[in-house]
Amino acid sequence: MSCNRRDFMRGGLGGAAAAAACATLGASPAEARENKKVPGNAIGLLYDSTLCIGCKACMSACKTTNELPLDDNVGGKLWDTPFELSGKTYTVIKVYQDGTSVNKDQVKDGFAHIKRQCLHCIDPSCVSVCPVKAMTKNPETGIVSYNADACIGCRYCVAACPFHVPQFQYDTPFPRIAKCQLCKEELAKGDIPACAKVCPTGATLFGSYNALSKEIERRKDMKPGEANVFPRRTVDSGDTYERAAAHYTEEVYGAKALGGTQVRYLAGVPFDKFDLPVGLPERSYASQSESMQEALYSGLTVPAAAFAGLMLAAYFGTKNLHDDEEG
Amino acid sequence: MTDIPIRPSIRRRHEAIGGKLVSRLTIALSLLVGIALFFLYQRFVYGLGAVTNINNGYPWGIWVVWDVIIATGFACGGYAMALLVYILNRGEFHPMIRSALTASVFGYSLGGLSVLIDLGRYWNFWHILSPSYFNPGSVMFEVAACITLYIVVLWIEWFPTFLEWLGTRGIQKAFERMLFVFIGLGVLLPSMHQSSLGSLLIAMGYQVHPLWQTPFLPILFLMTALCMGYAVVIFEATLAAVGFARDVREELPLLEKLGKVVASVLLMFMVLRFADIIDRGQTGRLTEGNLQTAMFWIETVLFAFPIAAFSFGSGQSRMSRLFPAAASMLAGAVLYRIDAFLVAYNSPTHWHYFPSAPEILVTLGVIAIEVLAYIVFVKKFPILPGHEYR
Repeated sequence: MSCNRRDFMRGGLGGAAAAAACATLGASPAEARENKKVPGNAIGLLYDSTLCIGCKACMSACKTTNELPLDDNVGGKLWDTPFELSGKTYTVIKVYQDGTSVNKDQVKDGFAHIKRQCLHCIDPSCVSVCPVKAMTKNPETGIVSYNADACIGCRYCVAACPFHVPQFQYDTPFPRIAKCQLCKEELAKGDIPACAKVCPTGATLFGSYNALSKEIERRKDMKPGEANVFPRRTVDSGDTYERAAAHYTEEVYGAKALGGTQVRYLAGVPFDKFDLPVGLPERSYASQSESMQEALYSGLTVPAAAFAGLMLAAYFGTKNLHDDEEG
Repeated sequence: MTDIPIRPSIRRRHEAIGGKLVSRLTIALSLLVGIALFFLYQRFVYGLGAVTNINNGYPWGIWVVWDVIIATGFACGGYAMALLVYILNRGEFHPMIRSALTASVFGYSLGGLSVLIDLGRYWNFWHILSPSYFNPGSVMFEVAACITLYIVVLWIEWFPTFLEWLGTRGIQKAFERMLFVFIGLGVLLPSMHQSSLGSLLIAMGYQVHPLWQTPFLPILFLMTALCMGYAVVIFEATLAAVGFARDVREELPLLEKLGKVVASVLLMFMVLRFADIIDRGQTGRLTEGNLQTAMFWIETVLFAFPIAAFSFGSGQSRMSRLFPAAASMLAGAVLYRIDAFLVAYNSPTHWHYFPSAPEILVTLGVIAIEVLAYIVFVKKFPILPGHEYR
């Protein structure tokens, strides 16, 4: 008797369960989601490496505004000396150097500055991977924010960020994730991000995403060496000065890679010289990862179907075993 | 009906093997637990950096990769055997399911507890189970919620063993009749989160070396999880035979069959893995002179050996290869998971990671708790297949 039932099982339900399992694993990428789009009132920063003089006023203002401690890495307790972003540092000015380091914004025997900070991705990996919505992207401004009250400290955002921005605090029993949130408290007060506010040359410029896009176009059209007007603080602050335009590389960092970012860079040397990842695909990793999860778990239909099949198989499977045991 | 007739003797119920709990081994294991507790005290008072070498270039160390990602793979015995016995209806393996399940209960429970050690803000862990915090698009959400549920399911699946020990045969029978729901879940949930452990890497994009980064990560991880499950059963049965001086000759034909299952799944794994590498145009990576390529080939050799050892030869010669083949399978899978998460993980050059001594000692402490619990439980509860026939 159990023989028949078992044969039925193997042919029928086992097959159904297997089919469900195959459906689970071979789910088509047809419902793949696309990259997210720039929010309606997106704001951002433009960092122009050719205007940066490396004064680090932005770093200092960032620490003051965000109440961050000093990050002394050279000892002697002399200055705030972060080498990279850290649990104590939201932004850092770094410098590329080659040979004699005398020619600004040139690769050979030259040097060039770069500002590291959160780029506020249009389709951020950190927001996508966070299991508890501690990382969120404002649907209006596009600011990528961190909420420590929600965070469980799994550090998936740290591991997944393609630009190595979120920084976990390893030196405290009550750690948080440290990252730039575009001075959202200052913005709420009608002010602008501290780094843009204090930048003496307008190398860090605040503005709407669209206004900054136009400004990027304007600068790319400038003839190197020709006098041009450059704004400070914000694109339309009226606080401008004149100087000779530099030579810009073709790439605008953050324009397209992985769906683009709301903080973008212009520079006179290629971006790989700054140890930034280059040559990235245009499709965001967030969209790839989420498409996979959606295909498998959307509405829990696939797991539910698989569960029904498995439960039915287990029902007959255990019944057979009990029958055998008693028989 | 193509089944080999089931020996009436081996169909006997499970038995507790008894014996003293205090031995040189259990004392040594307790010592390891004590050392781990000392470092855990430091971790909770001073922060993760005081004990571990993890950093912002390598935010996940062995407390994630070993204690959770590999340890739950080792704990797939219950899952793999349940699939075989209850879903594919291979009743002949029924006597082996309890020991596999017991190892899974401890493996997963300790894996779950290890998560709390590693989480920076562990006091918020409950957010994983609170709908207002859910982020269904996050692979980590799926992994965390699914593993938590599975730990509960495992204890329910294990409960009849406890009832049998109590001697409440009636309640046990009634309980077992409704167990099919949890057996269904017990196969579904590991299929979900073991594949998701691979999916965790997809969001990391270019940061994971192309020999490991692939859209097939979920199925590759699921295949290794199944193989680890069966290999662990073979490994533990042969080890228990030595450790508890049990005669397992009766079980050997079954173990041999499990070996064949491992060989087939592993063969599919290898074919898929190489076909995918060719398909993605990454074959050049197979001959590069770097650490990643070397590790890839070590994995491949460790997987190739069990395929051969489980498939060829016959009778006694194959029996003697069961243990080394299972060990090689497990070593390959351990390496595959370590490589995918750490060796293949490409951080900016100024970051390095190798676990600190205290970090390793905590992981050893967690393993020691698992082994201790397993020893206590098989001695006190009816878990291992009975051998009354001799």
